[in-house]
Amino acid sequence: MIRLVALFALLALPAKAEEIVLGLSRDEVAITATFEGSEILIFGAIKRDAPIANTDDLGVIVTVAGPDKPVTVRKKDRRLGIWVNTEAVDIDVAPTFYAVATNRPLREILSPSEDLNTRISTQRAIRSVGTKSENAEDFTRALIRIRAGQGLYQTLPTGVSVEEETLFRVLIPLPANLTEGAYKAEIYLTRGGEIVDLYTTTIPVKKVGLERWLYNLAHENAFLYGLMSLAIAIGAGWGASAVFTLLRR
Amino acid sequence: MQIYLPIAEVSVNAFLLLGLGGIVGILSGMFGVGGGFLMTPLLFFIGIPPAVAVATEANQIVASSFSGVLAHLKRKTVDLKMGTVLLVGGLVGSGLGIILFNYLKALGQVELLVQLCYVVFLGMIGALMFIESLKAIRNTRKSGGVAIPKRRKHNWVHNLPFKMKFRVSGLYISVIPPLIVGVLVGVLAAIMGVGGGFIMVPAMIYLLGMPTKVVVGTSLFQIIFVTAFTTMLHATTNFTVDIVLAVLLLVGGVIGAQIGTRIGVRMKAEQLRIWLAIMVLAVCGKLAFDLLVMPSELYSLGTEGHS
Repeated sequence: MIRLVALFALLALPAKAEEIVLGLSRDEVAITATFEGSEILIFGAIKRDAPIANTDDLGVIVTVAGPDKPVTVRKKDRRLGIWVNTEAVDIDVAPTFYAVATNRPLREILSPSEDLNTRISTQRAIRSVGTKSENAEDFTRALIRIRAGQGLYQTLPTGVSVEEETLFRVLIPLPANLTEGAYKAEIYLTRGGEIVDLYTTTIPVKKVGLERWLYNLAHENAFLYGLMSLAIAIGAGWGASAVFTLLRR
Repeated sequence: MQIYLPIAEVSVNAFLLLGLGGIVGILSGMFGVGGGFLMTPLLFFIGIPPAVAVATEANQIVASSFSGVLAHLKRKTVDLKMGTVLLVGGLVGSGLGIILFNYLKALGQVELLVQLCYVVFLGMIGALMFIESLKAIRNTRKSGGVAIPKRRKHNWVHNLPFKMKFRVSGLYISVIPPLIVGVLVGVLAAIMGVGGGFIMVPAMIYLLGMPTKVVVGTSLFQIIFVTAFTTMLHATTNFTVDIVLAVLLLVGGVIGAQIGTRIGVRMKAEQLRIWLAIMVLAVCGKLAFDLLVMPSELYSLGTEGHS
């Protein structure tokens, strides 16, 4: 919603001085049985009608966000000599994948107030409304730390390369443990910390072939899927036994 | 070779899974345990989501137990009558266990309960079996390699009504003790997310007094049905059975089970028991260690809400 407001604010501006023209290396990411992760190349140019008038520092920010899902973060503590989960914080909205790539460290090219509005930085992209815990901050940081360790949250402070203040490109690596869904790619152009243009596009990430078929069957025809699993198990058990009996002869 | 699992939504090495399946399959065939108590923690360790690991493991146990039981049937070391009695108890027990599990889940801390269950039961059973087998081995040595057949003790178990003849086991006892054993094992199996063989086997030997050779096949026979029931329950309610993961595990598992059964037949009963005891104690030790030592990451992520 906030992003939408920001978008309208941008559209309301009179004739933009600088505009983003974008290209993607691929339209969608297909998860096949041998999916080992992938990468996506986002490239583009900055279109200008007149020579550069604004000489403030140019910033290019590229974010790629996976579908949002709620998550519970639990913390262990020592009770009676053993480590048990004691505290828990529910985080209402956390992207399953989030990458922020910039041409220079984010702090230098985006003002804190713009970050607050657009929720670009990873800390801002995660929202926990109405958490009672006083150290909710620790839990959010733990979530970012754990997901970063799995390659799901990435910060690429110099990931975007900009040439001649006009051409830019960034390579975003996608890990193998991707969640299906519509991935939202957003490219922000900033001057002196203020956003001057925004370009949004979606990249569908979906299972294909056998993966798709099995996933659908498991959810839509659960009983049949269960029976099929059992049949395979019994068949394999019988098969192995038969083969070994033959081998012993 | 990496394989993407459609339900678990993670990519794992196919050969690693085949290998794990094989090793656990060998142990399963040797000792008549489904191997769930080893495989489930191993799957957590390689990054499979716990819910998927537990459900898929149940499916895999069906395969390895079926393979194992066929080998035992040929050798006529399955007491079908006793197995059926235990199964009736087992199904009732796992139904009760699932109700208890969901109740505790609502209270929170179910993970801790599962871990404590593992430590307590594995520790108790492992220690008992270890001491008993050591004694048995020492007795055999003392008597110059010939075991003195012990006269069967008559205790309260033999005074219960509804007596039944279990010809394969050579027992004439009341059906009440095996039914109770079945129920208790079923409850524990449902809570701990395993087939329950590692509890069932010692219970059959020490509580029911069944001969060790028959125990393994009979336990496998009963496990097939209990885990098949669990698989269907998980597949239809939680959608967490990953068939690709199951196939990889069970290809290794069924082959392993066949090899394991053959090794088991060649080994002496006391040796078999002492190795099972050592294995059970090792898993127990690892789990206890995890509870006592400060974890490197204090925080963990979960999907379900907490109360």
